[in-house]
Amino acid sequence: MNVPVLPSGVRLHEDRVRNCIVLLGPERALLLDASGTAILNAVDGVRSMAEIAQELAQRFGAPLDAVRTDVEGFLKDLAARRLVDIV
Amino acid sequence: MSDIPAPIAMLAELTHRCPLSCPYCSNPLEMVRGAQEMPTEIWADVFAQAARLGVLQLHLSGGEPAARRDLPELVADARAAGLYVNLITSGIGLTAARLDALEAAGLDHVQLSLQGVRASTADRIGGYKGGFDRKMDLARLIADRGLALTINAVMHRTNLDDLPRMIEMARDLGARRIEIACVQFYGWALKNRAGLQPSRAQVDQAKAIVAAARADSNGRLVIDFVPPDYYADYPKSCMGGWGSTGLNIAPDGTVLPCHAAQTLEHLEFQNVQQTALADIWYRGAAFNAYRGNAWMPEPCQSCPRKALDHGGCRCQALALTGDAAATDPVCRKSPDRAKVDALLAEGETGTDADWVYRMSPV
Ligand code: SF4
Ligand code: SF4
Repeated sequence: MNVPVLPSGVRLHEDRVRNCIVLLGPERALLLDASGTAILNAVDGVRSMAEIAQELAQRFGAPLDAVRTDVEGFLKDLAARRLVDIV
Repeated sequence: MSDIPAPIAMLAELTHRCPLSCPYCSNPLEMVRGAQEMPTEIWADVFAQAARLGVLQLHLSGGEPAARRDLPELVADARAAGLYVNLITSGIGLTAARLDALEAAGLDHVQLSLQGVRASTADRIGGYKGGFDRKMDLARLIADRGLALTINAVMHRTNLDDLPRMIEMARDLGARRIEIACVQFYGWALKNRAGLQPSRAQVDQAKAIVAAARADSNGRLVIDFVPPDYYADYPKSCMGGWGSTGLNIAPDGTVLPCHAAQTLEHLEFQNVQQTALADIWYRGAAFNAYRGNAWMPEPCQSCPRKALDHGGCRCQALALTGDAAATDPVCRKSPDRAKVDALLAEGETGTDADWVYRMSPV
């Protein structure tokens, strides 16, 4: 179904020292930029990657194809590092 | 605060007590006694200070952290401070009930060490009979709860040939990640170097096995591999640079730039029970001793790799050359590389019959 979900042991954290959102996992801490933050905030274990892309494209008034490429590339890269599961 | 970055990770050695006695233990030869360990409320304050300083990840370690009765409280305190909490454990001392308590306290991740792939070798290496079977039971309890698990496999001459089975076991036990750490030679491991050092052929084979396992696991198992640095051409980037990403707290509150730093006896290490953690990190003499590039000798000073490896490890430089500010002797460009090659040649003859086991402090 291509639904991304954060596995156990991985979570988002608000870093008040560096003023950004961080993705924390086993031995990993990824400081996220605005686009990474928007994508991961939309990951709720219910919506598919396509649905997330659609929502973000609408919200930011950006072309859907480009957003979909970004969303899938970002999440698949995290999935390869087991920081996201795609189920 | 100037150009000194905030630390990302903190290793808290809650205790040096441990039921196991691995001959490569990363604790210092001189361990902190139980009576000198910091109490719960001081640790809680240290966690809060660390979080304010910018630490994101907390590694609760030891010794065996489960030897602390207040472990669930410490986990809860660390989570309340806003830290990601990883438990580095041998598993001995953890039961189903204690795991439940840790989970309820908000534990994020467990890193379980395995000394080998079968009871006979593993228990001999850890010096603890029955340890292997208990670890297997515990791994199942962790998996049942859906807690994130990393298998931490410490490898050396005696067990490196079992690497394929070790990777298979990590998968079977439901780990999402395996950390294959070849013993690095500090403290106890340096004492036992000749009997622990794998051969070059073993290391080359291990690299090939890891490469193959990475290719076929397609995202199922994350494999982090630390090869022994004596066989490398360039040193490892120790701690990502002295005083730049992480710090270590000993059971009595001594704050160290890395777990082996107490061997640098010319430095004075401050204690978090007397001085604020931020002061120690930003202004402490020990943390500033090898920060940045200014301290570096040649050949590092004019080397383009200095931003990558920061001249290597200070503890290794001291242990092998007698000078903590020397280029890490593992480096091909170091005038002391011959010393490492001599150790490698000598290591071919060592055996595990000569191991000196560590002892738990009281
Ligand atoms: S003796 Fe073994 S299990 Fe205990 S702290 Fe040392 S390395 Fe870890
Ligand atoms: S000379 Fe120094 S900086 Fe260059 S590779 Fe060797 S250790 Fe690293």
